[in-house]
Amino acid sequence: MSTRIANQGRLIDRSKPVRFTFNGKSLQGYAGDTLASALLANDQMLVGRSFKYHRPRGIVASGAEEPNALVGLGQGETFEPNQRATTTELFDGLTAQSQNHWPSLEFDIGAVNSAFARFLPGGFYYKTFIHPRAFWKHVYEPFIRQSAGLGKAPKDRDADTYEHFYVFADLVVIGGGVAGLQAAKAAGETGARVLLIEQTAHWGGRAPVDGGEIDGMAPEDWIAQTLDALRAMPNVTLRARCMGSGVYDHGYVLGYERLTDHAPETAGPRHRLWRIRAGQVITATGAIERPLSFAGNDVPGVMLASAMRDYAVNYGVAPGRRVIVVTNNDDAYRTAIALKRAGIDVLRVLDARTSGGGALMEEAKAQGIRIDCGRAIAKVTGGKRVAKVAICAQEGQGAALEEVACDAVAMSGGWSPVVHLWSHCGGKLIWDDAWAMFRPDPARAPTGADGRPFVTAAGAANGELTLGATLADADAAGKAAAKSAGFKPRRIRTPQGSVTDEAPLVPVWLMPRAAKVELRAKAWLDYQNDVKVSDVQLAAREGYESVEHTKRYTTLGMATDQGKLSNINGLATLSEALGEAIPQVGTTTFRPPYTPISFGAIAGEARGAVFQPLRRTPIHDWHEAHGATWEPVGQWRRPYTYPQNGETPHDAVMREVRNTRQAVGMLDASTLGKILVRGPDAGRFLDLLYTNMMSTLKPGKCRYGLMCSENGFLMDDGVVARIDEETFLCHTTTGGAEHIHAHMEEWLQTEWWDWQVYTANVTEQYAQIAVVGPKARAVLEKLGGMDVSKETLPFMAWADGTLGGIGVRLYRISFSGELSYEIAVRAGQGRALWDRLTQAGAEFGMMPYGTEALHIMRAEKGFIMIGDETDGTVIPQDLGLGWAISKKKEDYLGKRAQQRSHMTDPTRWKLVGLETLDGGVLPDGAYAVAEGTNANGQRNVQGRVTSTYQSPTLGRGIAMGLVLHGPDRMGEVLEFPGTDGKISKARIVDPVFYDKDGEKQNV
Amino acid sequence: MLILTCPYCGVDAEETELAPGGEAHLKRFGPGASDEEFRDYLFARENPKGVHFERWRHAHGCGKWFHAARCTMTLEVFGTYPAQTTKPPKAIREAITAKRPGWTWREFE
Ligand SMILES: [Zn+2]
Repeated sequence: MSTRIANQGRLIDRSKPVRFTFNGKSLQGYAGDTLASALLANDQMLVGRSFKYHRPRGIVASGAEEPNALVGLGQGETFEPNQRATTTELFDGLTAQSQNHWPSLEFDIGAVNSAFARFLPGGFYYKTFIHPRAFWKHVYEPFIRQSAGLGKAPKDRDADTYEHFYVFADLVVIGGGVAGLQAAKAAGETGARVLLIEQTAHWGGRAPVDGGEIDGMAPEDWIAQTLDALRAMPNVTLRARCMGSGVYDHGYVLGYERLTDHAPETAGPRHRLWRIRAGQVITATGAIERPLSFAGNDVPGVMLASAMRDYAVNYGVAPGRRVIVVTNNDDAYRTAIALKRAGIDVLRVLDARTSGGGALMEEAKAQGIRIDCGRAIAKVTGGKRVAKVAICAQEGQGAALEEVACDAVAMSGGWSPVVHLWSHCGGKLIWDDAWAMFRPDPARAPTGADGRPFVTAAGAANGELTLGATLADADAAGKAAAKSAGFKPRRIRTPQGSVTDEAPLVPVWLMPRAAKVELRAKAWLDYQNDVKVSDVQLAAREGYESVEHTKRYTTLGMATDQGKLSNINGLATLSEALGEAIPQVGTTTFRPPYTPISFGAIAGEARGAVFQPLRRTPIHDWHEAHGATWEPVGQWRRPYTYPQNGETPHDAVMREVRNTRQAVGMLDASTLGKILVRGPDAGRFLDLLYTNMMSTLKPGKCRYGLMCSENGFLMDDGVVARIDEETFLCHTTTGGAEHIHAHMEEWLQTEWWDWQVYTANVTEQYAQIAVVGPKARAVLEKLGGMDVSKETLPFMAWADGTLGGIGVRLYRISFSGELSYEIAVRAGQGRALWDRLTQAGAEFGMMPYGTEALHIMRAEKGFIMIGDETDGTVIPQDLGLGWAISKKKEDYLGKRAQQRSHMTDPTRWKLVGLETLDGGVLPDGAYAVAEGTNANGQRNVQGRVTSTYQSPTLGRGIAMGLVLHGPDRMGEVLEFPGTDGKISKARIVDPVFYDKDGEKQNV
Repeated sequence: MLILTCPYCGVDAEETELAPGGEAHLKRFGPGASDEEFRDYLFARENPKGVHFERWRHAHGCGKWFHAARCTMTLEVFGTYPAQTTKPPKAIREAITAKRPGWTWREFE
């Protein structure tokens, strides 16, 4: 069993007990514990189930590389899945739930998968769930849904807040172990601005646990002294609990600071994302111990040797009382010695090397620990906890020489430098034969804008695994990086770390070397994703030669592992199976983030009301005061409708349409894009931007125009008014103003840069109000100030003047088919004009209407709407808009594209009106089905609905749609199956449903 | 997150200030062009591992379009220059030659 032990635990405070719950069970730990150490102290070795087979899984590691101990933390609005117990600091009231089990952690039905393991081999995603097809709905899909995914997504809105920091530094040092501290100190002494970040709450990394001496001091004392020195430097900033998440182009670094995870009652943001621009980056990210691949290496109680030593020394926890240590290198002897010192029985050290280790082995031996060289673990047995270890010779197939009862196994397969951050932005690796590991290749470092390296790996992250070498390397890295950042290194003594005489490691990729197949099938490479030695060997037999392909095929190192624990063992297994050297097989790509970071941190403050700016028209407050319901259009909020006296929004929309058609309505059209185009070449420029001719437009007149992309597709439409010889005002759609302005600038700056034209987006400079309906003229005449008669201001003309004493520009344009005026006024007077209009209009029954009434009225008239009738694949010719395409112009943007064979294909779907036979409303986006099925067995289609409404004017449902040969099929009836299984029938009709001759707008 | 210097306003602009505009120095083909010319103009793009010329707009800055010559492999930036040109200026081409002797890109070298 695992228990708390006396006289150990440098990080915990036994005077401060802390209560927490795990799966509803109330437990106790101490301040300074991690959730993992507290769970182990309570003998909670079983912490989760594996992904595929739901095998019982225990804590393997003590840090960010932990693959198994992922838990759901918190409840309700603070719930968060997939949190590592090993990096979660314990606090009073913490609640954690284990994951990936059903119905309970102790008894899991999915564990039956394990019995069928032979049906879930490598690549099982691609093999198992293919046939028979009929199994999908009732067998495969429920199975996958039940077992897929790690953890559960939170259901409630996140109650915490998050923020971003923007930081500049000459030098960022990632990792606050002894290497990071020394590198920061060496760089800080040059005067460079240094930011040192450390992912845990503690400085000094592994050194206090691993022991040795620095400049004659215990590592802990040297760390304290160095921290004091760093804190005294005004140019150095230190942050603990801040992980270097990623290194990106040109010195961009993301830091992920966890401010209140360990103290949730604290005010302020929970996480902070540091968006850092660094001149130079030092990655002092240490190294991670590798597991050994033996049968049963996933049984709870099998742990990394370094982790077991951490739990004993840092937290005073014995993960077992009777421990077997198995290793291929000297470092694991540190664990044996530390455990022995803590009063734990170390039954054996099984050293796979026939000649054993160096000085550390001698020290262990001197303490009375039994050491068996050339020995290996054949198999660990035990259900939810290690019970027994079968010992064999490393050189062999696994015949057991002896069986030993024990309750924990500490394993060490050597160490791998944490090269993730070095690699993120292109740093390359070289294979180190002596230590059997990849380490950064200084000749191929990530390079910056000037072509020079900007990342330096330091210490263990650079492959310098002994204390003395680590410190010397870090000191040199700090000085060199400061120099690269433009600072003069000072000649300061390099601290001397003690050097232990270590015997060389012997690579062990499979234990025992010639393990029988039944052992290989229980030797786990990736605990989280359930990938075994046999899976990778199978992938190799099936022809997977690339490590990237094998990773995806077997899921090795996927999900949160990202090449931490499983990486080297997996690719060593692959390279052996392929008969190639490890460096030739290479590694998978390391991608940020180093460990998962919260979505909250990525979003920062950008949520809720500040997610994006909200644009309000000058008349917004009036709409709000009059009960408008809102429709978001881009960043604008537009009134959708104005319900009165308890009306439903639908009834309100119907009333607004009827009132506008029968009397008069008013619309806040201020959001329409308005772009001023001016200059001697303005007409020529617009002739190229619009499909129709704009240069022939007379001052004082308006013309509807279409704009296409160079690819031929319709992108925007609107009315252009010519102000004078050199000036045009181009109206765009509400959503189009910014990108159409950008489109104009792009062509002006990059293609026709010698033309004399300039553009200005004046959308927000004007408010615009549409007064629409048969009584519109009477309302304007009542306001008075300018002649609004048909003779003076005919349809598609504009004039400047005053209305009710306010200077206006009055356009006679109509998007409803009614007599209609659009009144533009300086934005500051928009509200005043709106108020005067509502007063003047009262006696004529004028009411405001919203965007939905606008849409219905335009659909009744067969006017297209960008984004409804268009979707980026539609050309004007599809929409019966040939009349708006100039035949005279030699060129316009999109003209050549529209001559391509696909664009002139007579089978392109064309715009028609659709009238339901029963008067109902067609479902939006519904497809018209045709006879037969396509190659995928799906029903053939011959058209689709693009706009569909209940028309109060016609008293029935109307729709527009794109239909194969549509205009030639008037009167034909099409069938539109809805998602509810019902089929709607509609007749193909002319898209103009109302006032086909346009008499009403032209009065 | 690249940093490119806007040749108009002189600002060292972070990528968040910039809008990408694809490949630089495309020659426009319009009516009268063959299908092949038009296809290549619209769709055929270089995808080099090395020297490349790109269009960028200082969208959240001065609003100007400019070109950048950079290495897609090492992220090295050889220089930026105004977009009002049909070919990379001599100084830019020489800067690239100094770092990548023998480089070619489309018809330029
Ligand atoms: Zn600029």
